[in-house]
Amino acid sequence: MTTTGSSRLTTAESQKGNMTVQSDSSVTLIRPPRGWQAINLRDLWLYRELVYFLTWRDIKVRYKQAVLGIGWAIVQPILTMVVFTVIFNKFLGVKPDAGIPEQYYPIFSFAALLPWQFFQGALQRASSSLVSNSNLLTKVYFPRLIIPSSAVAAGLVDFGFSFLIMIGLMIYYGVPFTLTLLWLPLFLLVALLTALAVGLWLSALNVQYRDVQHMVPFLLTIWMYASPVVYPIDVINVSKFWQVVYALNPMVGVIQGFRWALFGTNPPGWMFAISMGMVLVLLVSGIFYFRRMERNFADLI
Amino acid sequence: MSDIAIRVDGLGKRYRIGALHASNYHTLRDSLVGLFQPREKQPNGHIWALRDVSFDVKQGQVLGVVGRNGAGKSTLLKLLSRVTEPTEGEAEIHGRVGSLLEVGTGFHPELTGRENIYLNGAILGMKRTEIERKFDEIVEFAEVDKFIETPVKRYSSGMYLRLAFAVAAHLEPEILVVDEVLAVGDAEFQRKCLGKMGDVAREGRTVLFVSHNMSAVLRLTDETIVIDKGGLIMRAPTPEAIDFYLSRGFSQEGQRSWESDEVPFNAAPFRPLAVRVHNPQGKVVNTIRSVEENTIEIEYGLSAPVTGLRVGIYLMSTRGEYVFTSFDTDDAAEFERLTVRPAGRYTSRCTLPANFLNEGRFVIGINASSYRVKRYFQDEQALTFTVDAAGAPGMHWPEARLGPVRPRLDWHIEAIEA
Repeated sequence: MTTTGSSRLTTAESQKGNMTVQSDSSVTLIRPPRGWQAINLRDLWLYRELVYFLTWRDIKVRYKQAVLGIGWAIVQPILTMVVFTVIFNKFLGVKPDAGIPEQYYPIFSFAALLPWQFFQGALQRASSSLVSNSNLLTKVYFPRLIIPSSAVAAGLVDFGFSFLIMIGLMIYYGVPFTLTLLWLPLFLLVALLTALAVGLWLSALNVQYRDVQHMVPFLLTIWMYASPVVYPIDVINVSKFWQVVYALNPMVGVIQGFRWALFGTNPPGWMFAISMGMVLVLLVSGIFYFRRMERNFADLI
Repeated sequence: MSDIAIRVDGLGKRYRIGALHASNYHTLRDSLVGLFQPREKQPNGHIWALRDVSFDVKQGQVLGVVGRNGAGKSTLLKLLSRVTEPTEGEAEIHGRVGSLLEVGTGFHPELTGRENIYLNGAILGMKRTEIERKFDEIVEFAEVDKFIETPVKRYSSGMYLRLAFAVAAHLEPEILVVDEVLAVGDAEFQRKCLGKMGDVAREGRTVLFVSHNMSAVLRLTDETIVIDKGGLIMRAPTPEAIDFYLSRGFSQEGQRSWESDEVPFNAAPFRPLAVRVHNPQGKVVNTIRSVEENTIEIEYGLSAPVTGLRVGIYLMSTRGEYVFTSFDTDDAAEFERLTVRPAGRYTSRCTLPANFLNEGRFVIGINASSYRVKRYFQDEQALTFTVDAAGAPGMHWPEARLGPVRPRLDWHIEAIEA
C-alpha cells in the first residue's frame, strides 16, 4: 500500500518544471464555490455552439411530433386574435388606442399578441427547462445558463411565423409600412431579455420547488391582463403613481413599443424607460440568483 | 518525467440527508412496506459522500477506480467532470475531460442518428467542425450507416448504445473518464469498447477507469485506487489493489448481512438479509476445505409476492474471472412450482460439490431478478471465502495450479505397449 502524500511532493515539483508544456488556459481548477458569482464568460464562449444545438433541438422536436407541425405557429395567434376580437371588442366594447379606427381591433390586438405569445412561450419553456433537461444536468458539465437561454431562443422561430401573419394583416388593413418598423428588433430584444430574466429566476426555483411549474400558467394569465394586450395603454390613466407601477411590468414597454412601431401611436417615453430599468434589474438579479443556485442543481434535481 | 493530468487534494462532498431523500422519493412509498425502514438518520442531517480524498494521476496513466456501490466513486467522477461542486478541498485538471459516464446523454428519441451525433457531440463539448471531421468515423464505429437518417427511437438498444459510445469515444479529450459503460452491450461490442480504450491509453491520454469488472480493470490499468465509505483507502498496483478490495471489509465469520440502509430503495419487494457459507458440520465459516461438500445459503425477505423470481450467486476468483453463475430455480420443474413466490422470509441454499474449487480466495455475488422483467437486487461482491486445498488432487506437488477449479478427474493410465 502506498500513501499518496509522498508521491504528490515529487510530482508537484515536476509539474512546476513543465509549466510551459501545459498551456494555462487548459487547466481547470475545481474548488468549493464561495459567495455570489458573476458569469463565467470564458466558459460561455467555449460552449457557444451548444446554445445553437439545443435551440435547434427544441425547435426540431417540437414540430416533428405535431401533426400540424409549423401550422401551430400560425393557427394559435390567429385564433387568439379572433377570440379577443369577438369577446373584448364586439361584446365588451374595448376600443384600440386613440387614432386607430375601431374596426382595426384585430390587428391592434395582434400587434400585442406578437411579442406577448413569444414571451409567454419562452417563459413557459425556460421555467421548466432545467427540470426537463435533468438528465443533462446530472451527467455533463456545461454552463447551466445555456439551458434557459436556448429555451427562450427557440421561441424566435414561432415569432418569425407570427410576424409573417402580421405583414399579411398590415397589407389587408392597409397599415402603411414606415421606418419606425426598424425599431421592432429592439423591442423584441427587450421581450427576449424579460423572458430570460424571469425564466432564470423561475427555472432555478423550479429545481428546488416543483410548485413553480404549477404557478407559471397562472402567473402568465395574470401577467397578460396586467399588460396592454387586449386593451389600449391609455386605459391606465388613473394617476401618475399607478402609471409608474404599471410600467414596472417590462411587457408594458415592449407592447407599447410594438404598437408604436406598427401604428405610430403612443410613442415609448418615460414608461418605456421604467420598463427597461426593470428588465435590467430582473436580468442582473436573475443571473446572480441562477449562478448562486446552479452549484446545487445536480444534487437537487 | 511525465506531467500531472489530475491533482486531487483533500476533496470532499457533503450532502444533506434531505437532498438524498428528495431524489429517491418516488420509490419511498414502495419501501415503506413491511420489512423496509427508511434510511438511517444521520445525527447532524448531513452525509459525506466523499471526504479527504487526495491523489495524482500522471499524464498518460490509466488509473483504475474500484469501490462498492455507494462508496463514493460516482461522486468523485461527478466532481472531476464538474457536474457538481465540492464542499471542501480542490482538484486541478489539466486538459479537457471527456467522460463516458454519460453515454447517450442528451440523445433525443425523435431525432435521427445524424442529428443526435451533432447534438450529443455538442453536449459533450465538441466543436461543430470537429464533429464534421469525425462524423464518418463515428458512423463506421457504431455500424449504423444504413440507419443514419432514422429516428433513434426505432434503433435497437444495441444500435443505440453503439452510437452513443461511438460519439463519446471520438471526443478525444486529454483525460477520459470511463464509468461502467462496459456493463451493457453484447460481448463483441464490449471487446470493441475495450479495444478503443486501449487505443486511447496508447495514444498517451490519461484514463480514469471505473468498473466492477475486475478482469477489465486488471487488463487495462497498472495502478488502482480503492474507494470505500467516501474515502480513498488504498492506491497500489492493480492486482494488489483488487485483491485487497475484494477481500476487505467482509466479516471474518463467513457471513454477510444487510442492514436496511444498505439496500437500495428500488430493490423492493426483495430484501436481502444475509449470505453465509457453511461447512459440512453446519458451522458458518470463512475458509472451506475443497475436499468437502459445503453449502452457500442466501436469506432474504419478500414484502409482496414475486412472479418468476430467481435468486442466485455468481462465483468469481479474485483475479476477476467468473467461475460460474447459478440460480435457485435453474431446475425447470422447480421454476414451474414457484411461479409466484408468496411474501415471507426465505432461504435459498445450494451445495458446492467436493473436489471442485482450487485453492485461493473466491467472491460470492448475489443476484435476485425476474428474467427480462426486473433485477431487484445485485451485489457482485457480497462475501469472500477462502478455499483450503489440503487433500486435493495433486497436493503432493507443492506448486500453484492454474485455473479456478481443481476437479478430481477420473484418470486411467493404461500401458498400450509394455
